[in-house]
Amino acid sequence: MAISEEQVKHVAKLAKLSFSENELHEFTSQLGKIIDMVETLEEVDTQGVPFTSNVADTINVMREDVTIGGWDRDELMKNVPESEDGFIKVPAIIDNGEAGA
Amino acid sequence: MTELFNKSIEELHSLLISKEITATDLTAETFARIKETEPQIESFLALNEEKAHDLAQAIDRKGITESNVLSGIPIGIKDNIVTKDLRTTAASKILGNFDPIYDATVMDKVYQADLIPVGKLNMDEFAMGASTETSYFKKTKNAWDQTKVPGGSSGGSAAAVAAGQVPVSLGSDTGGSIRQPASFNGIVGLKPTYGRVSRYGLIAFASSLDQIGPMTRTVKDNALVLNAISGFDAKDSTSAGVSVPDFAAGLTGDIKGMKVALPKEYMGEGIQPGVRDAVLKAADTFRALGATVEEVSLPHSKYGVAVYYIIASSEASSNLQRFDGIRYGFRSEHITNLEDVYVNSRSEGFGEEVKRRIMLGTFSLSAGYYDAYFKKAGQVRTLIKQDFDQVFNQYDLIIGPASPTVAFGIGENINDPITMYMNDILTIPVNLAGLPGMSVPAGFSEGLPVGLQIIGKHFDEATMYKAAYAFEQATDFHKKQPVILGGGKA
Repeated sequence: MAISEEQVKHVAKLAKLSFSENELHEFTSQLGKIIDMVETLEEVDTQGVPFTSNVADTINVMREDVTIGGWDRDELMKNVPESEDGFIKVPAIIDNGEAGA
Repeated sequence: MTELFNKSIEELHSLLISKEITATDLTAETFARIKETEPQIESFLALNEEKAHDLAQAIDRKGITESNVLSGIPIGIKDNIVTKDLRTTAASKILGNFDPIYDATVMDKVYQADLIPVGKLNMDEFAMGASTETSYFKKTKNAWDQTKVPGGSSGGSAAAVAAGQVPVSLGSDTGGSIRQPASFNGIVGLKPTYGRVSRYGLIAFASSLDQIGPMTRTVKDNALVLNAISGFDAKDSTSAGVSVPDFAAGLTGDIKGMKVALPKEYMGEGIQPGVRDAVLKAADTFRALGATVEEVSLPHSKYGVAVYYIIASSEASSNLQRFDGIRYGFRSEHITNLEDVYVNSRSEGFGEEVKRRIMLGTFSLSAGYYDAYFKKAGQVRTLIKQDFDQVFNQYDLIIGPASPTVAFGIGENINDPITMYMNDILTIPVNLAGLPGMSVPAGFSEGLPVGLQIIGKHFDEATMYKAAYAFEQATDFHKKQPVILGGGKA
């Protein structure tokens, strides 16, 4: 199955990535080839075969319900690109165009 | 002072014990060696010089303990392992300014063992690649031939050990990222059983496949380091509560009666003749040592790459959602609203290969495609696992090549993702099944090292080390050294 540029645009939107027209073109062709490669799995009969998501034996890991020390707030803020009064600063969620409408 | 850079951990330890050298001397010499060779190899992204010096002095004050062979030994750390206050980038622009506020569990263990972390090693961006060429920062060179790639993704970790910059490094392996670069650089690299080593503080690529493991110049060194980094960790709920044996204890050289399997699928099309010859000779060496080697079949191995690219990319697309420009890492300057922070920070911060995998993973998990791709891949993963289970009902170990080829040229495959992906065809099934796998030096082809892959049963690294040690002692491959270590041409 080849993938269309429209589908690639949709997936990019889900993944919060943007591509230029050139990149989109290139990615569509590369992803198409990769998808062709992974489609060889179609020839494997998997009827009734269980799904493996993880090879660890454990299912649920429990611990005692006791309080443990957390992180220092200033330390946690150390790598924040922009902050003010101990809060993480981001631009307006609704952009100006919509806010003014 | 004698040249320390090509000595094993045990040799360095006896020099430290006899006080011929101090940990401070060894650390200073290590940084001198790194600085001398770095223009050729370019394996380090960050050096930890000041802190390493302080650690060495503290160890010297305390005195080297005879019982701890790792005390005062320098170690290099792959840059996807978080190190407190030491820049950790996963070789990505998006983490280019990231200084972790905590240590990975393996780092806690490194400090407990009195190992001295000297710096952070280059890799493919977020461990996605097989040549270390997808690093945002630099191109690491193969220790044997600087026109060749070091392999990947732990290319910096492999080249640094092979070039004598450090006696040991930590790498990580999601689909072959320890074994293939170990093979390309003629060193020993082991990916432990899934769950053997804590993943806490390993920047996640594919959580059901990732493992941290040691890279060294000898089998025994490797076992000694795995001893130190293994064990259950409450901070990683997939780490296993199984006991950790002394992996160095069984290195007797005696493997009489061991039952070894050689899968025919690992010796077929696409394997370079020089690589195939080296593995066949290795099989003869095992026979000469008293083991039996028989051909077996792992019929679903050929689907490994397809299964892997769906599963690993799907997990990556989920894991890498956290890089959004909000709390840490790179934030785009081209922003007018919150959506721009996410989209532009990610689009400008991730490299091409990482975006390709995020896209493939998002596609595989998206509505309408989940059953055909992600679910199907998880089912074929079960079949791959069952293939191994059947062989391990009758055999102790599986051997084969670690990589279909020797190291290729820098720039040769970077524009052809599928050819690059096929590099991992022999290592990927091991991750999918959660098994331990290692690469040990097994000869040369075209003047470049060939690695023999040894695959063991779950949590049976001890048998792998035993066999690898016997093989190493019976052969001379590990004694050949690249020119940069003082050796002649292979």
